[in-house]
Amino acid sequence: MRHETIEKSLNLMMVLIVVAISVGGLIEIIPLMLSSDATEPAENIEPYPPLRLAGRDIYVREGCYNCHSQMIRPFRSETERYGPYTTAGETVYDRPFQFGSKRTGPDLARVGGRYSDAWQRLHLMDPRALVPESNMPAYPWLAETMVDGELITTKLKTLQFLGDPYSDEDIAGAAAAVEGKTELDAMIAYLQGLGTNRKTRR
Amino acid sequence: MPAFWHWFIAAGTIAFVIWCAWLISWSSKQGPQNIADDDVVGHTWDGDLEEWNNPAPKWWLYLYFITIAWAVGYMIAYPGLGSWEGVIGWSQEGQYEAEMQAAAERYEPIYERFAAMEFDTLQDNDEAMSLGASLYASYCTTCHGSDARGATGYPNLTDDDWLWGGTEAALTATLTHGRSGVMPVLAPALGGDAGVDNMVSYVRSLSELIEADAAANSAKPMFVALCSACHNADGSGNPVFGAPNLTDDIWLYGSSHDAVHTTIISGRNGIMPAHGELLGEDRTKILAAYVASLSGQD
Repeated sequence: MRHETIEKSLNLMMVLIVVAISVGGLIEIIPLMLSSDATEPAENIEPYPPLRLAGRDIYVREGCYNCHSQMIRPFRSETERYGPYTTAGETVYDRPFQFGSKRTGPDLARVGGRYSDAWQRLHLMDPRALVPESNMPAYPWLAETMVDGELITTKLKTLQFLGDPYSDEDIAGAAAAVEGKTELDAMIAYLQGLGTNRKTRR
Repeated sequence: MPAFWHWFIAAGTIAFVIWCAWLISWSSKQGPQNIADDDVVGHTWDGDLEEWNNPAPKWWLYLYFITIAWAVGYMIAYPGLGSWEGVIGWSQEGQYEAEMQAAAERYEPIYERFAAMEFDTLQDNDEAMSLGASLYASYCTTCHGSDARGATGYPNLTDDDWLWGGTEAALTATLTHGRSGVMPVLAPALGGDAGVDNMVSYVRSLSELIEADAAANSAKPMFVALCSACHNADGSGNPVFGAPNLTDDIWLYGSSHDAVHTTIISGRNGIMPAHGELLGEDRTKILAAYVASLSGQD
């Protein structure tokens, strides 16, 4: 009847429940949050420039992660198709990271440079103009909306506050960097930069 | 991993496993001496529906201890306890490298055999062409289409027309380094709308889409001055620049008046991305041979 001791003492039970559900997080997550492997940028990884950052936020807003992953796993079947597998240091400036969990479309972790800007533009406007079998939705409204320079300046300031190494000059020039750019331009800039830090596989 | 975090993880994990084992032993009761008819927990519903407090079935309880034993064995065998690398020497990188090594041993001889073959004979080799078809499906279909007939701005590979040449050397260079075909913006040089329209008509008359009238022919000197550097004076094109032949009936961006008009006033920039680093030399050769074999179907 020893379990009655726990079951009939609400305070003890609460303490034990908190211990039980915290221990995995304390032991698995906290060391990783402080580990240099996961917090220091990999070689050639820089904070997103303003236009690409704007594109990244559109990527999140449009829910691209619902159908596209950005996580090449360390299996031959993946690295043959997509390129070198993803490492933690490559995603340190992704808040939140866009690993995704489902691939209705292909992985995009290294899509940068795989297609031309013109291809990306037409493909976002009308995917079936290029790939008749595609079931990706079209995103024509991206071409009609301008990127907000004031908002992107605020975002850069916030990221600087959170510790991303943006300089004050970066922030001062952010609005000018997205001046006259549509959301489609921003999206293409974002996609074309994905994974270009590491290309060579063979 | 710093020593502190190694011990944090290792000690935390071991302590928690021991604690789980202790908690289950401590809170369970086993044996017939613990079964009693009057041991009810005090909940009664509908007059006589009572909750008893009998021991859990043994097999069920033992499942807990089996999972704990499994965890102990797993932590000894595999990495996980801080910096502990596990006695069987498994690692994620190691597994990936082994997989790549096994694939290299299996496939490289095949690729080497094809790499040693002549480009033309490769095209008649069914095995090489089926490999080529897989490579095509992985790398090329998104632009050139699964039927290789291309799309507006993306060349049809099944005809016998080549923008950059269809020889082994040209195809290998195209695949390895990519291509960038630039049609410059020419509206300002043509002197306004009338000049552009006359040039459009002249260009379309080269392939006999329309009869050249006097207005169209008036653009001919301008064509020779502006366009012939890439497209040749007779409009037959030049594969060195990827400049299309304007005298045939193959149109990369469309042959309508409007399409040609857009090409001239806005320019075009057709890009074939470089695939050398993705493919490597041996696969490039097979894919080039496959693409060459597609040619001439139309």
